[in-house]
Parts: sequence; structure tokens; C-alpha cells
Amino acid sequence: MDFFNAIALVTNFILLPGLTYGSQLALGALGVTLIYAVLRFSNFAHGELMSFGAMVCILFTWLGQSYGASFGFLPTALLFVPIAMIFTILYCILIEKFVFSYYREKKSNPIIFLIASIGVMFFTAGLIRFIIGPSDQSFNDGVRFIFTVREFKTLTGLNEGFGLKTSQAITILTTIILCSLLFFFLNKTRTGKSMRAFSDNEDLALLSGIDPNKVVLLTWIIAGGLATFAGVLYGLDKIYKPFIFLQMLLPIFSAAIVGGVGNPLGAFIGGYIIALSELFVTFAYKRVLGYMLPENLEPTTMMQFLSTDYKFAVSFIILVIVLIIKPTGIFSGKTI
Amino acid sequence: MTNIQRRTFIFVSFFIAITFIGFFQSWNVALGILNLCIISAIMALGVNIQLGYAGIFNAGVMGFAALGGLAAVIISYPPVPETIALGGSGIFLSLVILTVGATIVTIIYKSTLSINIKKITIPLSILTLIILFNLIGSPAIERIEAFKPAASGFLGGFGLPIILSWFVGGILAGFVAFFIGKLTLGLRSDYLAIATLGIAEVIIYFLKNEDWLTRGVKNVNGLPRPVPYEVDLQGNAWFIEFCERYNFPLVETSSIVVKISYCFLFSGVLITLFILSEIALKSPWGRMMRAIRDNEVSARAMGKNVKARHLEIFIIGSAIVGLAGAMLTTLEGQFTPTTYQPLRFTFTVWVMVIIGGTGNNYGSLIGGFLVWFLWVEAEPLGLYLVELVTSPLNETNPLRIQLITNAAHMRYIMMGLLLLLVLRFAPKGIFPEGR
Repeated sequence: MDFFNAIALVTNFILLPGLTYGSQLALGALGVTLIYAVLRFSNFAHGELMSFGAMVCILFTWLGQSYGASFGFLPTALLFVPIAMIFTILYCILIEKFVFSYYREKKSNPIIFLIASIGVMFFTAGLIRFIIGPSDQSFNDGVRFIFTVREFKTLTGLNEGFGLKTSQAITILTTIILCSLLFFFLNKTRTGKSMRAFSDNEDLALLSGIDPNKVVLLTWIIAGGLATFAGVLYGLDKIYKPFIFLQMLLPIFSAAIVGGVGNPLGAFIGGYIIALSELFVTFAYKRVLGYMLPENLEPTTMMQFLSTDYKFAVSFIILVIVLIIKPTGIFSGKTI
Repeated sequence: MTNIQRRTFIFVSFFIAITFIGFFQSWNVALGILNLCIISAIMALGVNIQLGYAGIFNAGVMGFAALGGLAAVIISYPPVPETIALGGSGIFLSLVILTVGATIVTIIYKSTLSINIKKITIPLSILTLIILFNLIGSPAIERIEAFKPAASGFLGGFGLPIILSWFVGGILAGFVAFFIGKLTLGLRSDYLAIATLGIAEVIIYFLKNEDWLTRGVKNVNGLPRPVPYEVDLQGNAWFIEFCERYNFPLVETSSIVVKISYCFLFSGVLITLFILSEIALKSPWGRMMRAIRDNEVSARAMGKNVKARHLEIFIIGSAIVGLAGAMLTTLEGQFTPTTYQPLRFTFTVWVMVIIGGTGNNYGSLIGGFLVWFLWVEAEPLGLYLVELVTSPLNETNPLRIQLITNAAHMRYIMMGLLLLLVLRFAPKGIFPEGR
């Protein structure tokens, strides 16, 4: 029994939040890694793109709610994700046309791209704060829990239990669906293969008649769509704060680099690695060990490796370790 | 226009703009902007040394500025005898353990032992270090933080003159930069940017959460000043007489005098640093740095130690940023870790350097002045623009109210546009690097 109690505790405080947060990071990191694979630069504006998508979704949700739109027990915002995606993708294409295409034609140094993406980041951050303001917005109006901790406890008769939030289930399911679609697209369809070819060897791809503009456009479309989902799901799960997305840039980059930048599978797994290790390292194991160990060995301290305040630092430490030991990441990146 | 004409033109127009604000807003505001402009210019000089001389992308400017602020607290705040009695020895002991442990780990790492032995001993010694540190440090930290948490709850500082902290801030930032540089300088440029961005965040988290050192988010207020206080001036017989003779308002004049004194102090630092960096840029050392930046391979072929030079320049640039950070905390008189945000510190300083022209000290100087000026003035300007655009709307229109309350955030939009436009149409900045 004690063993199951411990497992329930770990599920409630590490596994479920970790998988949810990991999915959000994975969606963000996939966007970063695709941009890197095709356009060959680190897009510092990606966090703001996520924020932009979430903002559009929130605005439409408010509009829809004022007309009485509702999605049953699911959050209304999900209905408006497609519209938000369209807006974000249009915004991405505008950025590409007005900012990045010039440097792409000139074949500028990746650093110039990076600086340009910082300009885009500033601009988007300002635009978002200008439109929706800098304060927090909570827009999750669905049923909060699929089952709560208490329901779980009465059902199983355990001392500890775990609850499943609707947003957690939505996030994990959506990520699985989106990623399967993406991997199917990249590996099985002709267009996806042309994207991989372009990322692998640009000159060779050009020789075989792949249109670079089409590939680049497609990359932005996918990145914009993924960014919208990542932003909306994060906002549903926690809360929408415009400034949090700049902070999320670091774990997202870490996820992309840990998995091997430019490698979608790596970014996907990297997201979960970062999220789970953040939680594993900052979780207080006192109660878990209390169940697992014999009574006389019960720990007196919190049994915590790092204080929860240092959550964001964990992703960074992993990043540095990977950069020093294996800079190409776990799945040796560079190609799609 | 030649470069010199252009320089003079921009400097003169900048000072005209400041005077303009002095006459139309108030001299207090104008001098306040000028002081922060000087600090920004110093930060920009530091970043320019890294970005312009050597092409190192340091996205951790924020962290080094915060370390400077920390130095200001540690140097100038009077010591708190009660907390030192409670936990001072514990903290001291754990610092000693940390230093000794780090030395042991380094010795093992550098020794000729086989790689397998190192693989076991290094993690083991780090683990012992962490456990020892926790056993001795944690109780001391708890005791310190429990002492009057609302008013004190930290160790305080040395109670020395705050000007000293400017040097200490530089040294502290340089010291930390040494380790960060050792760790990250081998990375490719965009990895380096990401890694330093992360390190800066870690530094800020550290400052926010280690209450025994910095009081964390409770902030340290009331740091001593290097210049007289307004209240003292207002009570000074000579000053009252001076104001009466020229018919100046007493309260306003006192705060203007304080700001002017800061301005003199800061300009002194700026001018010194500027002259030094000009000399450095024109010296053989500066030429070597640019040679490394422009063609690393050939510089290496000429026998230059690229890695060591990069580390050197990383330390110097970060030290200057740390110095500016200490000056900023001095000016504000308080240390608030939550105000350190990458958009405000790191990326704005980048914009300054890139707009001014990388590799050119005049460029960073004018970039710092110009960008800070715009950063501050964007708020009234944005408000004016929004009111103009929304004037056909009703006073109580929610959209209009929303836009007006958010108008302050126009500054981000403007920074972004400025950066993108300069990058596109004048990629070398307002002052291209001379030959």
C-alpha cells in the first residue's frame, strides 16, 4: 500500500505536471528547431510568437464569450485556436517578408539574423503589451478537473492520490496528436521530405528543383502554428502573463539544444527531459521517502536537492552540461 | 558629412534635446535622464568592447549589472551586528569550505590521474562539498533570515563609502566573468548568447532568493550616498542664502544640485573609461583584437592565443558593465533584484551598441545617450500619439482607455523598429567603424 501511496504522490507532483510542462516546451522547442534547421538561426522571438498566439486566442475567446460561445466542459479558448493560428501564421509570414527574407537573400551571417530576431522580439513584446496590457489574464473557463485528488482517494482508498486537470489532459493529448502529424508530414509526404532535404543540404536541394521560398514559407507556417498551440496550452494550464514568455525562452532553447538543435525528435524529447528534471530536482521527497523507507529511517529534512525558486536554473544547468559534454545534443542535430 | 561633423552634430542635438526637456518639462527630469544616459553609455562601452572589438555576443549583461548592484549593497550598507553574531561564523566557514573544495576539485581535474579515477573522484568531492555546505551553511542562513525579517534579516555590508563599490562591482563582475568565460567562450556565437542569457537569469535568481545576502525580493533600501542629501542642503545656511540671493525655489534647487553632483561623478567615470577604451582600441592590443574578430584562423596562424584574448576581453567588458551596475544602484539608492529584466538591461544595451555602430566607442557613447533618451521619452511621445489617433473616439470608449493605459509600452515597439531599421538600412550603425 505504501508503495502505491508513493507512486500516487510522485504522479501528482512530478509526472503529470512534468508531462504537461514538457509538452508545452516540446511544442515551443519544435518551432525553434525547425526554424534553425531551415533558416539556420536561433529565433529569439519565438517566445513572443507563442505569446502573440495566446493573446489572439484570448481576444477571440472574450469576443466569443460575449456572444455566448461555449465548448461544454472544455475551455472555450480551444474553439478559437484555429483563428489564433491563422493570425499568428500571418504575422510570421509578415515578419519573414519584411525582416528575414532580405537577410536570407543576402546570405547574411547567422548573427545578423539573431539580432534581427531580437528586434522582432522587442517589437512583438511591445505590440502584445500595447494590445492586451502587461497584466495576467486567466481564460480557462472549462471544468478544472477530470477527477480530483479526493475523488481518487475515495475510489482507491489510498492515503495519497493524484488529480487530473482538464488542461493537463488536453495539453498532453494535443501534443501527441500534433507531433504525430508533424512527424508523419516530415517523414512520409513529399513536401516534408523536400523540407528535410533543404535542411540537410541547401545547394543539393536547390539543384533538385526544390523551391526555397516555398520551404521557408512552410517552415514559418508550421512554427507559427506550433507556437500558437504552445502559448495557448501554457496559458490554459497556468495563466497568461506577457512577460513569462521571455523567461520560457531559456527552457525552450535548452530543450532544443539538449535534443540536438535542428532535430525535431530531439526537440520533442528534450522538452520532456527539461521539464521532468526541473521537477525531479526541486521536489521535496520527504513524504515519498516516508512511505518507501522503514519507519525508523524516516527523513527529518525536506529531502530537496534544490529550492523550487531555482526551477529555471535547472534547465540552464542541463544546457551547460550538454553544451560542454556533447554540443550536438543527444540526437546529434543539424538536420531535420 | 564627415565622421567628425556627424559626431558633433549628433552630440549638439542631443544636448539641445536635454535643454529642451529642461525648459519644457523640468530640469529635474532632464538631469535625471542625463544621469541615466551616462550610465547607459558606460554599459554600452562595456558591451561594445565585447561585441565590437572581439565579436563576443554576451547576452548576460543584466547579470553583471546586478552583480555591480550587489557590490554596492555589500560595500556600503552598515553591518548588522546581530545577524553577524548569529550566523556570520557559519557563513564564513561555509565560504572557506567552498573555496577549499573548489581548489581541490580543480587540482584533481588538472592532475595527471587517469580519466576513470577523475570520473569517480570529481563528482564524489562535489557531492561531499554540497553536503558539507548544507550542514554548516543552512542553519546559519536560517538563523540570519529569521532575525527581524521585516526590517533586516540579512548580514548587511561593510559600511564603507559607496564610491568604493564601483571598483568592487567591476572586480566582482570581472571575477564572475572569468568563470563564465572559461565555461562558455568555446561555444559558437548563438550558443554563447543563449548560455550567457541563462547565466544572467541564474544570477538574478540567486540574488532574488538568497535573503541572507541581499534580502531578496524584500529589497535593500536606503543605501548611503556619495553626494549630500536634499534635506541636509535645505537646512544648510549657506545654501539657503544662495537660493535666496538668486531667487531659486529651495526644494527644487536642492534636488537639482544633488543630480548635478551625480552628473559630475558619472561624467568623470565615463570620460576616463572612454579615453582608456579609445587608447586600447588604437593600441597594438586593439588591432590584435580586431584582427582576431575579422579572421580568427589567420590570427591564430600568426601565433595569437585566441582563447586567452577572448577571455580577457570578456572579463574587461563585463567588469565595465558591473561598474555601471554599481553606479546605477548608487544613483537609485536601493537594490531591487526584481527590476533586472533582460528586455530592459541586456537587449536595450545591445540596441545601443548596434545603433551606435559596433567597434566604435563614439558609437556606443551616442547610442547609449540616444537610446536611453528615446526609452524614457517614448512614454510621453507614445501617449501623445495614441491620444492623437484615438481622439475621434469618445472619452469613455473602453478601447481608447485601454490603448491610453498601455501607451507606455510603445517603447518596446519603438526599440524593435529602431533596431530593425538600423540593421537593415545602416547595418554598421550611425558611426561606422573607422579604419
